[in-house]
Parts: sequence; C-alpha cells; structure tokens
Amino acid sequence: MKVLMFGWEFPPKIYGGLAVASYGITKGMVEGQPDAEITFCLPKPTGEEEKFLKIINMSQVPVCWRDVQYDHIKDRIVGHTAEDYYRFRDHIYADFNYMGVDDLGCLQFAGGYPGNLHEEINNFSIIAGVLARSEQFDIIHAHDWLTYPAGVHAKMVSGKPLCIHVHATDFDRSRGKVNPTVYSIEKNGMDHADCIMCVSELTRRTVINEYHQDPRKCFAMHNAVYPLPQEYLDIPRKEHSKEKVVTFLGRITMQKGPEYFVEAADLVLKRTKNVRFCFAGSGDMYEAMVDLAAAKGIADRFHFPGFQRGKQVYECYKYSDVFVMPSVSEPFGIAPLEAMQCGTPCIISKQSGCGEILDKVIKVDYWDIHAMADAIYSLCTNDGLFKYLQEEGLKEVNEITWVKVGHRIRKLYDECIYNGGFIH
Amino acid sequence: MKKICLYFEIHQIIHLKRYRFFDIGRDHYYFDDYENERSINDIAERSYVPALQALIDMARQNDNFKVALSLSGVGLEQLEFHAPQVIDLLNELNATGKVEFLCEPYSHGLGSLAADNDKSFRSEVLRMRDKIKELFGQTPKVFRNSSLIYSDEIGERVAEMGFKGMLTEGAKHVLGWKSPHFVYQCATDPRLKLLLRDYKLSDDISLRFNDHNWSEYPLYADRYMDWIAALPEGEDVINIFMELSALGIFQPLSSNILEFLKALPALAKERGIGFATPSELCAEKGVGPLEVPYNISWVDEERDTSCWLGNHLQREAFNKLYSVSERVMICNDRRIKQDWDYLQASNNFRFMCTKAGYGNFNRGIYDGPYDAFTNYMNILGDFISRVKNLYGGAENEEINSLITLIQNQDEEIATKDKEIARLQKLLAKYNPVEEAKPKSVGSTKAKTTTAKTKSASVKKTPVIKADPKSSAKASAKKCAKK
Repeated sequence: MKVLMFGWEFPPKIYGGLAVASYGITKGMVEGQPDAEITFCLPKPTGEEEKFLKIINMSQVPVCWRDVQYDHIKDRIVGHTAEDYYRFRDHIYADFNYMGVDDLGCLQFAGGYPGNLHEEINNFSIIAGVLARSEQFDIIHAHDWLTYPAGVHAKMVSGKPLCIHVHATDFDRSRGKVNPTVYSIEKNGMDHADCIMCVSELTRRTVINEYHQDPRKCFAMHNAVYPLPQEYLDIPRKEHSKEKVVTFLGRITMQKGPEYFVEAADLVLKRTKNVRFCFAGSGDMYEAMVDLAAAKGIADRFHFPGFQRGKQVYECYKYSDVFVMPSVSEPFGIAPLEAMQCGTPCIISKQSGCGEILDKVIKVDYWDIHAMADAIYSLCTNDGLFKYLQEEGLKEVNEITWVKVGHRIRKLYDECIYNGGFIH
Repeated sequence: MKKICLYFEIHQIIHLKRYRFFDIGRDHYYFDDYENERSINDIAERSYVPALQALIDMARQNDNFKVALSLSGVGLEQLEFHAPQVIDLLNELNATGKVEFLCEPYSHGLGSLAADNDKSFRSEVLRMRDKIKELFGQTPKVFRNSSLIYSDEIGERVAEMGFKGMLTEGAKHVLGWKSPHFVYQCATDPRLKLLLRDYKLSDDISLRFNDHNWSEYPLYADRYMDWIAALPEGEDVINIFMELSALGIFQPLSSNILEFLKALPALAKERGIGFATPSELCAEKGVGPLEVPYNISWVDEERDTSCWLGNHLQREAFNKLYSVSERVMICNDRRIKQDWDYLQASNNFRFMCTKAGYGNFNRGIYDGPYDAFTNYMNILGDFISRVKNLYGGAENEEINSLITLIQNQDEEIATKDKEIARLQKLLAKYNPVEEAKPKSVGSTKAKTTTAKTKSASVKKTPVIKADPKSSAKASAKKCAKK
C-alpha cells in the first residue's frame, strides 16, 4: 500500500492543529500497518522531520529542466535525495520557465501562510503534476484545502483514487461568511474526491449541506492524541488548592468564542473571588478581549500570558483546574484532549467536533454563558466532580489512539482501491 | 395452593428546577411547579387512573383477587395537590377490602444507606405509616424500602420498627440455587419475613409486554398463567412487583395491558391459583434465613445500588446531603423539613448516573450526569447553608458536640432504665418473704418510677427540639437526679 500524501504542515514546524493531525495520522498508519508506505509532500520541510515516512520537498522538485551537477546539488537538497531530483527532472511535463524558477528549476515556497497563499497553492499543484508522473502509488491523500488542487491534479494525471481530509472548512473559520475563492477550491476538491474524511460528524454535515457532497462518500474520521512524552509528564501539576485557575487556550479569534469566556468569567467572579482566569493565546480579538475584561472590572482576576508554544502549552494545562473551550464552531479541537491528558477537567461547547468522542467532559452551548459559569463554579467548588472528570477523563483519552484512526483510514483506502469507491 | 402476590408502587418525584449558582443564598425555592403539575397529571391520566379503575373492577368481580399497593410520601403529596382523583380511586379500591397498603420511606430516598441517619430514616418511615393510617384506615405491617433496597442490616432496623415483613428483590446473585417462590426470613432478625420479587415474571409484564422483538410476544394471560401453574410443586409464593406506572407508561395502554391484567384472576381460579396480600404471606412460616450482606435493589442488571451511588459525584452529593441529617432532625422549621424530604428522593441521584447503558436514560431537564450534579449541588449548597444558619453563629464543632452529648445522654438514660428495671426485679426477688402488703406497695412504686423515667425519656426528645442547649442541660440534670 503506497500512499501519496499532500500536506502543508508537519512537525517540528508547527503553525496550528494541522501539523499535529498530519503527524498523528501518518505515524498511526505506519505503526499499525507494516505494509503502509507514505510519501509526504511538504512545501518547505526543515529536514528535521522524523524519518518514518518519505518526505518530498516541493520547493526542490524541478519543473524546468536545468543541467546541474550531482556534486552541486547533493548537499543542497533537503528532504528527498539528489537521485530523486534527477528522476523528477525526467518527468517535467510543460514549460514553466515563465514562472520565475530558481537555478535548480524549482518553484520557491515561503512556507506557512504568507500573503501570496493562493499563488503558493497553485505552484504546489503544478509540482504535484511532476510527482504524479514520477512516483508509484496506489492512492492520493490530501490534507486541508491548501492541498486539494494538488490532489486533484495528481488524480487527473495518474487516475488513482483521491481521498481528501477535511480538517476545517471555511464555514468554521468565518462563522458563515465564506471567502468565495476558498469555497471554490474546497468545493472543487470535494467534487473530485472519491472519499472525504471529515474530522467530525459536525464537519461531515457541513460538507454534505454546504458543499453539497454525496453523503455516501463522506465519513467522520475523528482525530486522536499521542501519549505525552516523559518531559511533559514530569511537569508537576498545580496543587488543587483554594485558589482555582480557569484557562482558555487557543487563537483569540471569532471562531473560538473568546467573548463568551469573558462573560462567563464575569458571572463567576460576581459570586466568588478565589478564581483566576488565564486567557492564553493571541489573535485578532486579543485587544478587544483585554478591553472587555477591563470594562467588566475583572481585569485584576484576568491574565493574558500571550501565545504559548511547545512545553509552555502543557505547563499551562497543568497549572489549570478547569480548561474551557467555548468554540462557536470547532471542526475537531484537539486542545481538550491534551488538557485531559494533563489531568485537567474540560468544559467544551456542544459545537465542538471532539465532543462526539468525549463523554467525560462537560458540554454546554457556546452561547449559554449561564450554563458555562455554572459548570466552572461547580468544578471549582465540588472536589468530587473535579476528581471524577480528572480520573475518568484520563482513562477515556488514553483509549483514543492514532493507531486506531490509522486502521479506520486503511479500511476506507481499501474500499477506494479495490472496490472502486463508495458510489457505484 | 399457589398464591400470587401482586403489588404496585406509586411514586413520582418533585422535580427540581434549573438552579444556577448565582441563586445560592438568594432563592430558596428549588422546585419546578409547572413540570410537577404537568408530569403528575400526565401520568395520572395515562396510567394511574385507568390502572386503578381496572384494579377496582377486578376486585369487585373476583372474590379471590387481592392486591397490595404502596405510595411514597412525596408522590402522595403530588397526587393530593394536583390529581386528587387518584386518591379518590385509591379510597374506592380500599373500600373493596381487597387491598393492603404497605409502608415505605416518606421521601423515597436512600436514607437507609446513610451512616448516622438512623433517626431520620426511622422518623420518615413512621411518618409514612401514620399517613397511610390516616388516609386509608390501615396500619401497614409490611415494609418496602425505596426501590426494594435491602440488606441484613436494613432488615434488622425494619424489624425493630415492628414490621412483620419486607419486600425485596429475588436477586440471582443472592439467591443462587434457591428459588424466590418461598417466604424467607431476615438473617439477623428472624421475626422479619422476606418476600422476594420474581423478576422474570414481573418484568414480563412491566418491561417486555409490548416488546415486539421478544420471543414470547404477544403474551396472553392464559399462557402467562400456565407458566405460573407449571412451577414446581411446593413453590407456592409468586411475587409480582412493579411500579403502577408500568401499566400505561412503560407499556402503553394501546398494548391492551389492562385487559391482560383483568383476565388474570379468572384464569388463576381455573388453575387453582389464589391471590394473597403480603401480610397474609408474612403470617406463614418462613423456610429459612436469607443472608444478604450487601445492599440489593430492583434496579438495573446488577440489582445493587450502583445506579445511585456508583460514582464519585453521586457519593459526594449523597454524603453532603446526609451530613446535615442530624441538624434537620432536631430543627422544627417546616420548610426545611419539607425540602429535606424532596431532596432525598433517589431519582435525584439516578440522574447523575454514568453507567454504560444510561445513554438514552431520561434525565429530565438535565443534559447529562455532570449537569444533574451541578444543579443538585447548587441547590444543596443553598439548603445546607440554610440549615446551618438555623443554628446562628454556632460553630460546627459546637453543634456536633451538643448532638453527641444528646445522643450519649439518650444512651445513658436507656442503660439506666434497663439497670433500674433489673434492680426492681432483683428487689422483687429478695422481697417475697415479706408480707403481701408492703410487697405490692413496693412493686407499684417500682412501676411508677419506671413509668416516670420512661415518660421522661419520651418527652425529652421534643423538648430538645425546641432548644438543644437548655434541654441538654435539663436532661443532664435529670440524669444526675436519677
């Protein structure tokens, strides 16, 4: 089973949840299935990725023929090898000299999410044509809308089935006001896909209702988490003392519903004083939230530590008594699972996809600030509830593994490859 | 002759309203009156009224028919308030003389499971007994605990209260090879007889009657009666216990369950099977003791208390609630006592159940177990602070020490009473040589003194209720005098 996978992020370079999910899916498949060979195409890898899969550096795949010496490129190529470079060079399919290529005949990527994102998406798809001609594979798997055009292109060239993985849709990101260009890219990718894997039933329904996809080829494929490394396990937990800490951690944007957190915090603080609120993260609503907290007169109990990275994230979880994710629309939302791994009970909105696989969390409507405040207060005052959700939550989250997800993905692959997909 | 003991329970909880933590200390009313009225009327209309009418018909038309009923106090209050027509029907049924009323805890709570809650449990049982007496003119002789919870220890306490028998579950893990079709005795107090529910025959009606996937569907009364007639010789007691709402709510009336029921007495007569009330059965000799070291109930597959006290949340709520039991008992604030009854109802704990299989459990207004817990704990927070405020600024330790003082004095008085009685006896023994006159005087004196001490100890309790401190002193003085 050879899979050609297109992705935009991969650890160690992490921009958001996509990198973590891409890592989990590939690692879970390789660990659970010895015959799985994954070729993972990234716009600009660092060269420090784990070696369990074959990485292809899209910014060093030639689209124009250049006569370069082996010794010259041997050390320059990061990700794949110089031999791969020559093989790719033999499969250039059109003249792209007008595109502004470098001395190796390659298109450059800035990496991440630059201003000219649409141009990069297009370039990514051009290079995918070269790959589809030179690589051997059974199925194509494209992660998130940035790589859908590449996936579609590869499918057109090779005739192999295409699976797309919907980690989020523009409906989630924009609370309904979609960007038409993004929508058209997403819709086109979905229309061409043989199988659509959505990170939750919630997303699946969006895909069916808003993108008008056939429900037969749409599947909910929930994410999972990796066990915490020892380094994070060793972080001491905050003593469950008199003064409680309630945490929000995520991008402070409209999608995450930060204002509901402030409103609920205000209600809690009207009643009790021994609670502090930690508002970690950055985003376009950061200033507005600082303003709101000040206007409510609760800024003395509100803390904005800013963007947290790496180990800090886990320190933040471990320092909390309650983790709150009031997302207005969350395709999956991996943060509560991580918090549960750290032994922190969670309150999540019913509009979060991860709620579909979690039982040992408190679920409230994102707009129901009274219910949210009540749940926060209850967790802060009732040790029984805290301990129950802490212990049972940990048990529950330990059962959610990427290897299981890998097996489920494999079943869908097999269906696409051997039985000709889901729509007959 | 085989005898069927048919028993129905009537209980509905007082529904709690949505109570946010902002309300703590501000709002002392915890109940959802609209929902109470709606649900009790709905149940009365769909189940209680038609079912009771069917039972009245059965009692009038068949000489051999007998039935037992019990009501929880909170359920009864709701019926009195919102659906008095059901009480009228109960009276009508009572007038046929073929119904026995049993006693159960007033609150339908788990008071029998709480440590240090003996007084409260006892008082609510006796209160219910008086209430039944007052309403129906019968003094219940047989007891059924909330959801048939039973253990040896509970049996002993119930026997002390003067009950002749108790109903419980014929749980497989307790019975083992034994059959539920006999009268057993409590292992710790053989005076108390045990009637064990035949869960197969009971659930055939209350759980499976309208189940189209059941292999025996549709169940006809003659086949059902054939099953009973086919039971081995000697297995003569068939206990069929269920909630009255099984007729009409769990099994819809459209399944013709009432016609099924009405056909039973005549078919029983054909096969030489009779009916009996629990107290008639309890008058029989038991076949032997039944040891039940752990609590059993009629709920879920496990037949234990795990659906109320299975997780940390439930246990925390339970312990918090019963931590104020003593204080509620010695106070005389009627609203607090009333709330105490309503908050104890076991249903409140069942809403917090997290067992597998409770996914589709109807939790009323609650989203899930955590929501139920949060709401209940908010209410409990307010209730407990009200109870504590009753005792003014008194510190916990102070009140606790007073309570223990009173308890110790009670015990002391009881032992002293016994001692006095013993000494009187001794006195009577050593005095027979004396002449008849002084002896009789002595014994009457002795009688009067014991009577006095007894009345003193009986009176003492209400006195203490009024003011724990002064009465404690008073009783201490009394002891000193003695």
